[in-house]
Amino acid sequence: MSSFWSLWITILTLVVIAGCFILLKLVSKNTTGVEEGKSMGHSFDGIEEINNPLPKWWSYMFYVTIVFGVVYLALYPGLGNFQGLLGWTSSNQSIRNLEESKLAVETAAKEGRWVQYDQEVKSADEKFGPIFKAYAETPLEELVNNEEALKVGGRLFLQNCAQCHGSDARGSTGFPNLTDGDWLYGGELETIKASIMNGRHGMMPPKGGLPIEDSEIKGLTEYVLKLSGRDHDEALAAQGQGSFMKGCFACHGMDGTGNKMMGAPNLTNNIWLYGGSRGAIEHTLMQGRSGVMPAWKDMLGEEKVHVISAYVYSLSNK
Amino acid sequence: MMNHSQPQGADYNYTVVRQFALTTVLWGIIGMTVGVLIAAQLIWPQLNFETPWLTYSRLRPLHTNAVIFAFGTSALFATSYYIVQRTCQTRLFAPKLAAFTFWGWQAIILSAVVTLPLGITSGKEYAELEWPIDIAITIVWVAYAVVFFGTIIKRTTSHIYVANWFFGAFIITVAVLHIVNSMSVPISLWKSYSLYAGAVDAMVQWWYGHNAVGFLLTAGFLGMMYYFVPKQAGRPVYSYRLSIVHFWALIALYIWAGPHHLHYTALPDWTQSLGMVMSLILFAPSWGGMINGIMTLSGAWHKLRTDPVLRFLVVSLSFYGMSTFEGPMMAIKTVNALSHYTDWTVGHVHSGALGWVAMVSIGSLYHLIPAIYGHGRMYSNNLVNVHFWLATIGTVLYIVSMWISGVMQGLMWRAVNSDGTLTYSFVESIEASYPFYFVRFLGGVFFVTGMLLMAYNVIKTVKAPKESLPAPAEA
Repeated sequence: MSSFWSLWITILTLVVIAGCFILLKLVSKNTTGVEEGKSMGHSFDGIEEINNPLPKWWSYMFYVTIVFGVVYLALYPGLGNFQGLLGWTSSNQSIRNLEESKLAVETAAKEGRWVQYDQEVKSADEKFGPIFKAYAETPLEELVNNEEALKVGGRLFLQNCAQCHGSDARGSTGFPNLTDGDWLYGGELETIKASIMNGRHGMMPPKGGLPIEDSEIKGLTEYVLKLSGRDHDEALAAQGQGSFMKGCFACHGMDGTGNKMMGAPNLTNNIWLYGGSRGAIEHTLMQGRSGVMPAWKDMLGEEKVHVISAYVYSLSNK
Repeated sequence: MMNHSQPQGADYNYTVVRQFALTTVLWGIIGMTVGVLIAAQLIWPQLNFETPWLTYSRLRPLHTNAVIFAFGTSALFATSYYIVQRTCQTRLFAPKLAAFTFWGWQAIILSAVVTLPLGITSGKEYAELEWPIDIAITIVWVAYAVVFFGTIIKRTTSHIYVANWFFGAFIITVAVLHIVNSMSVPISLWKSYSLYAGAVDAMVQWWYGHNAVGFLLTAGFLGMMYYFVPKQAGRPVYSYRLSIVHFWALIALYIWAGPHHLHYTALPDWTQSLGMVMSLILFAPSWGGMINGIMTLSGAWHKLRTDPVLRFLVVSLSFYGMSTFEGPMMAIKTVNALSHYTDWTVGHVHSGALGWVAMVSIGSLYHLIPAIYGHGRMYSNNLVNVHFWLATIGTVLYIVSMWISGVMQGLMWRAVNSDGTLTYSFVESIEASYPFYFVRFLGGVFFVTGMLLMAYNVIKTVKAPKESLPAPAEA
């Protein structure tokens, strides 16, 4: 803020507060020329006004709030650029990324400024940090048998993961079900943890990015239905198998059971991330799909991801 | 002593007062019924009948616009036109312009009733109407100012009565707020974007939003109170000096209070602190109006036993005192950390809106309607009494249920387990709120039922033969 605007704010604020004080002081004295308790002597449509003094308790209350206001503005930011005697701020301003944030936290600590948000994070870390540190030092294989840790993981899941995967973790269209034992990238403890830590980007280009004509989609759809043992048109499926061999097998495998290294889904188990209806499969083939699971290592930190991984594993390994 | 007790009463321009008084009742019923419907939708979402223009998102702005700008503002037009004539002892200035304000304002309300359900909105709370309607509002409002201040200028009394100070401040400030906040860049006939961006836009919006409360819903209605309370009680105003201090302090401080709507947001720290400090200092000036109103009853307390109209006015002042205590408390950042975004805020608004704004308007109309139709009283005093109890019980049900659910939500959202994780998910707090949503809905039904009784009573009074309803003999 420029010093002009800073002065503008400071002066206006102080004039208004001082004005209230002076007005209250002046009107507390009877300068009306009319005896207290008597009518002011004018009447409006029959309404008269009495010259009663200001109630004492009310005037004191007014003075107290004025004093409080002045003291508060001396201690905290309020009067333009004046930062207040306590050096308090709610958070570090103008932060654009995690590096800047870390730097700002260090600078504030070095300069001894009281940044409310940093303080709250620090005290939460001090209080809860040891709990997660202990969990993080426990190998995942052991942690999945720790009832208390699974409860904590469940709560973290509800607050951070349930928005997409659902509070029962059974997912929805585009968001994998985490309870059915079917895994796009693998269900081993370390793989689950890697998925959460670094995120995943599951991408299938339109028509697999292969030289497949629009006219072949119908056949391909029937072939995909056949792979999962669903009702299908045998003649069209035979044509579709030809299209499949143009390259779909590269990711989904010759037998269509998928490839966990690349996150290519198994097409034979009748589990569908984007829907298994004829229409949905056709849409997937024509338009392709792209799904993103964000990386959580910077948002939650490895210690919490560790606990969540154990919880997610437990959902399909009772 | 100068006494100007109504030498030429029959000469006053009551046509526009009557028009606004009757539309106040009509818009009150419509606006509050929409409120009850959306309260019901929060419990039974299927009540939107899967129809876009019946969804909560479109009816909520219709409800707020209808009660604030159709019901509340019509009440202010009616009473200010009535009071300014009677306390200035002169007819309205520019009667044709006064008629224009009536038809213009009704046209604006109708355009809101059509455009808001269609989903046409600027997206600014309490300022949703799009730019062509904003321009129309400005024109009608300037006409209102000309009529009002023209009448003040040609007054035959030496002083300007305190009620008119409040009306004057309300008219000028609302004009400024409306124009500044509605500045936008139109991209088509029915779509515009705000001239401001980011935190500045938010600040301008709440500078407007809070002062719509401060000047329209507080100062304006204090003007109403300053005439009808002493009139109905038959007593002089308690303290002339108190009215001077609380008037000037109120209008000087209110304009600063907007940032308390934006605590703990991207608004700079200094703005939040200033908003909080000014909101707190505002506490005493706000209460000045309540004290002056209630103390005016000194020597007339016994009238409350027999006069339900006076009861409406006095209870409205009690709700006013309660809301204006609650408001500064909620503006304190530590309290706000609990109350913000919860139903507590909704309850606070309605203790002002139902308890203060609606009750003082209803009481004033019960005094004003017989007077402008040449009667001494309403058609049925018993119905006024039943209306009083329905309105009081409705308001209490509403605000108590919202207090409980609001504090409960705030506590649930901040509850943490021993491992630092949140105890409740958001949806659990919604689930826990259902019983209170139902009580709130019930409160609304009580309030609307009272309004329907009022409509019946008003129609009967208006249609009654001249002088068939004499004033009750003084007890």
